[in-house]
Amino acid sequence: MIELFALDFMRYALAAAVLVGLTAPAVGTFIVQRRLALLGDGIGHVALTGVALGFLTGTAPVLTAVVVAALGAVAIELVRARGRTSGDVALALLFYGGLAGGVMLIYLTPGGSTASLNTYLFGAITSVTGADLWVIALLAVLVLGVLAVFGRELFVLCQDEEVARAAGLPTRFLGLLIAVVAAVTVVVAMRAVGLLLVSALMVVPVATGQQLARSFRATMALAMLFGVLATVGGLTSSFYLDVPSGAAIVLLALAGFAVALTVGRFVRRSRPRESTI
Amino acid sequence: MTAPVAHDAPPDGARKAAAVPTAFRMTAGRISLDGREILRGIDLAIEEGEVVAVLGANGSGKSTLIRALLGLIPLSGGSTELYGSAPARFRQWWRIGYVPQRLSVGGGVPATVREVVASGRIARQSRFRPTSAADRHAVSRALAEVGLGDRAGDPVQTLSGGQQQRVLIARALAGEPDAFVMDEPTAGVDAASQRHLAGTLSGLVRAGRTVLLVAHELGPLEPLITRAVVLKEGCVVHDGLPPHAVGAHALPGHDHVHPHAPEAPQAATGGGMSGWSDAAIGSRRTENLDL
Ligand SMILES: Nc1ncnc2c1ncn2[C@@H]1O[C@H](COP(=O)(O)OP(=O)(O)OP(=O)(O)O)[C@@H](O)[C@H]1O
Ligand SMILES: [Mg+2]
Repeated sequence: MIELFALDFMRYALAAAVLVGLTAPAVGTFIVQRRLALLGDGIGHVALTGVALGFLTGTAPVLTAVVVAALGAVAIELVRARGRTSGDVALALLFYGGLAGGVMLIYLTPGGSTASLNTYLFGAITSVTGADLWVIALLAVLVLGVLAVFGRELFVLCQDEEVARAAGLPTRFLGLLIAVVAAVTVVVAMRAVGLLLVSALMVVPVATGQQLARSFRATMALAMLFGVLATVGGLTSSFYLDVPSGAAIVLLALAGFAVALTVGRFVRRSRPRESTI
Repeated sequence: MTAPVAHDAPPDGARKAAAVPTAFRMTAGRISLDGREILRGIDLAIEEGEVVAVLGANGSGKSTLIRALLGLIPLSGGSTELYGSAPARFRQWWRIGYVPQRLSVGGGVPATVREVVASGRIARQSRFRPTSAADRHAVSRALAEVGLGDRAGDPVQTLSGGQQQRVLIARALAGEPDAFVMDEPTAGVDAASQRHLAGTLSGLVRAGRTVLLVAHELGPLEPLITRAVVLKEGCVVHDGLPPHAVGAHALPGHDHVHPHAPEAPQAATGGGMSGWSDAAIGSRRTENLDL
């Protein structure tokens, strides 16, 4: 383990892994509760346009990605709030637009090729620099801070939006807030697992926690624990086995889910009082 | 529309409700959903302290009516007021305790009974303040009131339908509101629990709370009901004494068609922060629940 931390880039990578492992599942718990498990995927596609825009304009891709992803998330939330019937299709249009837009902008960039998108599509956590780490840390603190302050209200919103409104909560604002927070999280996690796999880190640890926990709070805590285990474990195995970090992280998270599924079933069976639904 | 408060004598008829605390009011209400007219010509005023049952067949628009009264559905015509304010301007949401028709289980993420009931406190909590001892106390009391104290740590997903209904009632109780708006609170709830709910509600009513509930069968709640509103195909076809009305239960000061001020203004209870009346607590002690 020692040689892992002897290298500067590995220290940065490790710190980024921990931050991503904490934030993505924390936001993911609310997203899943709100029945928007695929929101992260949608935002990921839109963020790709942001990354490409960064290349085209010579700006830091992380910054343009945050801006474009947040705008995309706002658009998704507005479409969702408007009505459920055509919402799915409208979202799909946005996703395809994001992906196609990204590829097109890269093509327009002098000297750009889709190969330069690869780090963003599939993640390369070991390429995180000191400056990147600052940005990631700042965004992660922002995300966790918002969840700490608004968590109680977001719980009600994600459980039952109508009840939230009847309690006088600012549901439109909260809906936009959780969407934007998800967008920021996608960008934070982008360097670790890539835009195409970002959503996995928001959903899979939550699904794992769900198998073992009985409360919302415990689900979130477990999801964050499993998130960190997956990101740090994935980073470590990518270092020693020379495999891509993003894929390693997601496969580890999925393995964790499989284990929890079995354990959870066993635990539930030994709780005789509960009736299953 | 609420005009700014004028201190001089109001122009005749402009503010006739000023002296009478009206909890809910709908004037010439019309509601269309997906281009279909669900409710029309609804004129309804529910004064503080009334216990009103909304009755009617499936699909007659009962849920739509109470959701519209709370401002959860926009009207296509007419207006609604909550304690004298349009829903968009209303700020005292802690005064309302809403019990929806069924529990919505968010996306399969488990939530314990206690977590759900505690969320009923949200309108009384400020964003930067952690959960207080008073919050916890009110939640425990509400759980005990519906007889779910021993299931507090269980995920709501694992409860039966009737038990989930009681969780919803407890969530509203936990908020200690002035007015309860309940959509079929007794649906799927066993007889003993219904009687217990009736006991709880009667304590609250004695303490001046307002109750607006939807029901198909009034059951043990019947003696509490002071007024029934019957809907048929989106119109009010009866507004007055409950169908099997027993005159003795009708409060003085209510006429049959359009009740106005109850004689004693009960609004002076100071905003309901004080929690439940002793009567409610007493009824909890005396009623023995086998659940
Ligand atoms: N979101 C909606 N969109 C379109 N139509 C709706 C919607 N919600 C309700 N309706 C229609 O409005 C009518 C009244 O519905 P509502 O839920 O108010 O009935 P209800 O009296 O509460 O019935 P129940 O006794 O079954 O609860 C129904 O015909 C229903 O089809
Ligand atoms: Mg209904």
